[in-house]
Amino acid sequence: MKFEEIKEKLKDKIVGIAGAGGLGSNCAASLVRCGVGTIIIADFDTINETNLNRQYFFFEQIGEKKVEAIKVNLLKINPYVNVITIDKKLEADDITEVFSKCDVIVEAFDNAEMKKMIIETVLNKMSDKPLIVGSGLAGYGNTSEIKLQKYENLYIYGDGTNDVSEENPPLAPKVNIVANMQADVVLSILLNKKNENNT
Amino acid sequence: MKIILNNKTEEITGFEKITVTELLKFKNFTFKMLVVRINNRIIKKEEFDESVIYEGDNVMVLHLISGG
Repeated sequence: MKFEEIKEKLKDKIVGIAGAGGLGSNCAASLVRCGVGTIIIADFDTINETNLNRQYFFFEQIGEKKVEAIKVNLLKINPYVNVITIDKKLEADDITEVFSKCDVIVEAFDNAEMKKMIIETVLNKMSDKPLIVGSGLAGYGNTSEIKLQKYENLYIYGDGTNDVSEENPPLAPKVNIVANMQADVVLSILLNKKNENNT
Repeated sequence: MKIILNNKTEEITGFEKITVTELLKFKNFTFKMLVVRINNRIIKKEEFDESVIYEGDNVMVLHLISGG
């Protein structure tokens, strides 16, 4: 498929992203570059200097709301993209409401409890909606351990073992790899591409 | 008995049925943050002791890791 055709197909698509941190900000940037027409992105947090080791923000944006800053950054990539921001810490009830119109949902929370919450909510209440999760992306090295687990409409990318800690921080390369694996499967789903490894 | 566990057929030797708690122990799954599903039903943590898995059931045990 030519890029013009890809862009044409993606311009009416809506992707929901739960979290605008390392996974969410980078995944959103890739999707906007490829031509996804609408991004609905939710986060409650503000940008801290420590976020800049992996998140799609800039030094001058420290202190700003993540959803506001990512909107600015995404519009710099493509001024025609429609970015809908939700400045809120999402709970189970919000998930079904905020993402009801999305073609695909990307899980981009940082903590495991929130990841569990969105998986259970989507499987229980909107199981026909594809959900792409990142789990296990801290540190560096062993990127070949990053695998896909797939169950119907649920996709989980990560190494499955590397928990974030003081001694094992999340860093740009591996976080970006997982964020972009998430973005790549979103494209496969939206473009209806059947790929043995991905869909 | 045989079940499907995380997309693979798995022999659960010595059991004709097994609770979620027993399965986690049998498999040495010691993870904290789990999503468990039997067939199409999500099992909450407080139901692990009494939720029973039978021959042929399709079971998913996901463990979630922080970081994003």
